[in-house]
Amino acid sequence: MNNNTHTSNVANEKKVVNSTIFGAEDYELPVVCDIDILRTLIRNKAARVVDVRKEEEYKQGHIPTAVSIPLAQVLSKDSPEGIVDILESIGVSDNLPVIVYDDTFGALAARVAWTFQYVGHTNSSLLEVTFSRWKDLELEIENQINTYPRTTHHININQEMHADVSYVENAKESTNKILVDSRERLNFLTEHIPGAKNIPYTMLGSNGNILRKPDEIRRFMENRGLSPESEFITYCGSVGTLSGLAYYALKLAGIKNVKLYAKSFREWKILGKPKEEFKDANYWDLSAE
Amino acid sequence: MKHTGTHGSEYRSVSPSKISPKWGREEETEIFAQNVRRFRQGKLSEDDFRRFRLQHGAYGSRLQLNYSMVRIKVPSGEINPEQLEKIASLSESFSIGSAHVSTRQNVQLHWVQLEDVSEVMRGLVEVGLTTREACGNTVRNVMCSHYAGVCPNEAFDATPYSKAIARFFIRNPMCQNLPRKFKINFACCEDHGLVRIADIGLTPVVKDERRGFRMYLGGGLGAASFIGHLLEDFTPEEMILPTCMAAIRLFDRYGNRENMARNRMRYLVHEMGWEKFQKMVLKERSIVEMTTAVATAKLFDVKENDSPNLPISTKSSHPLTKLPVLDDHITSESSKYERWIHTNVVSQKQAGYFTVFVTLEAGDITANQLRILAGAIRELSAEGVARNTPQQNFAIRYIKGEDLREFYERLMSIGLGSPGALTITSAVGCSGTTSCNLAITNSHRLAKEVQRKFIELGFDTDEDFRDSTIKISGCPNSCGQHEIATIGFFGGASRIGTAMAPTYTMLFGGSAGEQGNLGKAIMRVPARRVIDTIKEIIKIYRNEKNDDQTLNEWINRIVSGEGIGDIRNIEDMKRLLLRVTQLPSIEIEPELYKDYGNDVKFTAKTARGECAA
Repeated sequence: MNNNTHTSNVANEKKVVNSTIFGAEDYELPVVCDIDILRTLIRNKAARVVDVRKEEEYKQGHIPTAVSIPLAQVLSKDSPEGIVDILESIGVSDNLPVIVYDDTFGALAARVAWTFQYVGHTNSSLLEVTFSRWKDLELEIENQINTYPRTTHHININQEMHADVSYVENAKESTNKILVDSRERLNFLTEHIPGAKNIPYTMLGSNGNILRKPDEIRRFMENRGLSPESEFITYCGSVGTLSGLAYYALKLAGIKNVKLYAKSFREWKILGKPKEEFKDANYWDLSAE
Repeated sequence: MKHTGTHGSEYRSVSPSKISPKWGREEETEIFAQNVRRFRQGKLSEDDFRRFRLQHGAYGSRLQLNYSMVRIKVPSGEINPEQLEKIASLSESFSIGSAHVSTRQNVQLHWVQLEDVSEVMRGLVEVGLTTREACGNTVRNVMCSHYAGVCPNEAFDATPYSKAIARFFIRNPMCQNLPRKFKINFACCEDHGLVRIADIGLTPVVKDERRGFRMYLGGGLGAASFIGHLLEDFTPEEMILPTCMAAIRLFDRYGNRENMARNRMRYLVHEMGWEKFQKMVLKERSIVEMTTAVATAKLFDVKENDSPNLPISTKSSHPLTKLPVLDDHITSESSKYERWIHTNVVSQKQAGYFTVFVTLEAGDITANQLRILAGAIRELSAEGVARNTPQQNFAIRYIKGEDLREFYERLMSIGLGSPGALTITSAVGCSGTTSCNLAITNSHRLAKEVQRKFIELGFDTDEDFRDSTIKISGCPNSCGQHEIATIGFFGGASRIGTAMAPTYTMLFGGSAGEQGNLGKAIMRVPARRVIDTIKEIIKIYRNEKNDDQTLNEWINRIVSGEGIGDIRNIEDMKRLLLRVTQLPSIEIEPELYKDYGNDVKFTAKTARGECAA
């Protein structure tokens, strides 16, 4: 309990925010939404909060005003129309701020927020903390199931956020396009897309926040000799969750051109594309898992 | 990944952590990051960069120089909860989510990308730790027996001396470019500690009410191993610094800088002859004494508060508190808790306090386990720190009898409640082919397999095996300390026709401590037959043993040719074991041609070692 005091105090200090700014329906969200902004937006009924955990978890308690859109539901509607239908069904119009959270270090939330932005809802953001952290901080929780009147939402595909397999294949030829594998180190060592750089998702969060401060992430890039002017394509093992988080980490660091290879290494392997493997060491045997 | 560490406590008084020493330096992390960039840009040569990298504790990973093993120095093996928690998060962020306790009381993070090493260093500095001079041709981590301060047989607590020596030599210009690495080990008593297998080993003794040490020089394990020589009967405490300086200066001056395979100080001692070297050390010591500036000598600063500020007397109090057990005798049928108490807990000289050993497998521990362990130490240990051990476990001291159950429950909740830490089942294994360039075999995995199998067989409950040890190295270079094991193994390869099989050379009869002996090589054993071979030895022992003879004693008798049953000597033993140890052709037993952790055919791939760089 004691370790929460510090953060709560910080939250209290920052509580004085200009409610006229946050009252507007078209308040433009940052890449990551901090707790105070979210609470103000909730109070002013000026945002839609999306809980992407399993429905049962949502029913046991969630952030006030949140609706339940489990990641599986988003993944099962694998078309822009399907995603826009979801947005409309929870009363999201073109500019309403949407804040997404999960309880999986931000990775599921990232994949959903990315999907919303991809189909045209650019005003989407990740909550800076997970639900567990929110609870630990003793912030408001409610149990009711929220519904909102249906709206209409336009489709406006943001192609520059997305990479498909042929794009990734061609990117390998270009020195200014950097492929980022966001899986953990041992998975990366075992096999990866040739030429990929490993930035494990475990590097991205810290101290209860789903993402580190931008200058830390920038320093990681600088250590690796990666220029923020380059184009980055993130991928992970299966459906673009871990790499979704990496996508937002890079965005947060101020990198303009980031793409998510949403179908990731799973598709790459199914298609029988070439892999880089490292079999000269038994590194798995070092893990105490 | 959920961070489920327990922080603070609402119902227990938390013991105040000692002021943690600041071993690390912030500026070194930035310099490291800069040099990585300069190296990548081709502005720093590979050789210069390697020397720099090793000086700062980053060792190249197996056949993959883009990755490092980051070796965190833990002087005297003493590590506090904040440091354990930091290592947990660094291992998650930049390594493989597990950390590794080495046989020299370091903690290693493996497979860290070279570009992230500076980030790991940055985190370590925050909690007072360093990787400085953890590798390279320097004075390595200064070890101290994990019993120092609580051992019933010690003359006094050697820990403050061990830390003072570490403080004096780290970053000291006199040992930044030695012919080779230099190891200093402190013991608590004649039994505990590795004083005779180090360049300098020190056992505390009191003579005429004066504190001092028995100092051993020129020992060390490796492809060729030597037992250290006693310098003089008694070295008073004020003389240990001049003596260490004298030895290091002689080594620096006369050590072999040409032949990397023979440049440890033990070779110098061996080639020169002990008596000559001994005279030179004593002479050099008087020069050191006369010429060392007062200001320099003052840097050797033995701080009594390097020992914990405990609420109780640290003086000896006899008799030892009996372990809180129901039965004096346990079997594999005993309750798990009883079994653990018997094999993982010992009484301290301080009445009512116990030292608890946390059983790891070959030294590996996950980030989450580290966090829970840190919480348990903070709340249940009166000194509030852990010591890591050369047996690759953690020793948590100053636990009250009534808290043992609670401590055990916490270990159980994270899968660390295995018994056997102080028995034959706690096998030591170096990192082997999991990360080391020099390794031929997967010694790391084999040690884990041995431990799991032997706990399953209840070997930890057999009093006759209690003083026996099993230690495994993946090559002849002895990081697994196979030469001081009752039954030791070092990895190699055997060829039959064109097929290559992973094999181990088995040694008998090694031991640590002041009376320590090096094991004798017996025979080769296929990697996949090591467990069966040890089981066979135990079977023979059970048939042969008389009265109270332990396995260790029986093996020592056989090594010296003094067996009294059917097995009298090593040759008898070899004959009986041949059935298990012989290597048939690949057509008959293809499985023997694969190492643990590999389903492909074995090849003996190695690259240049970096110890010597």
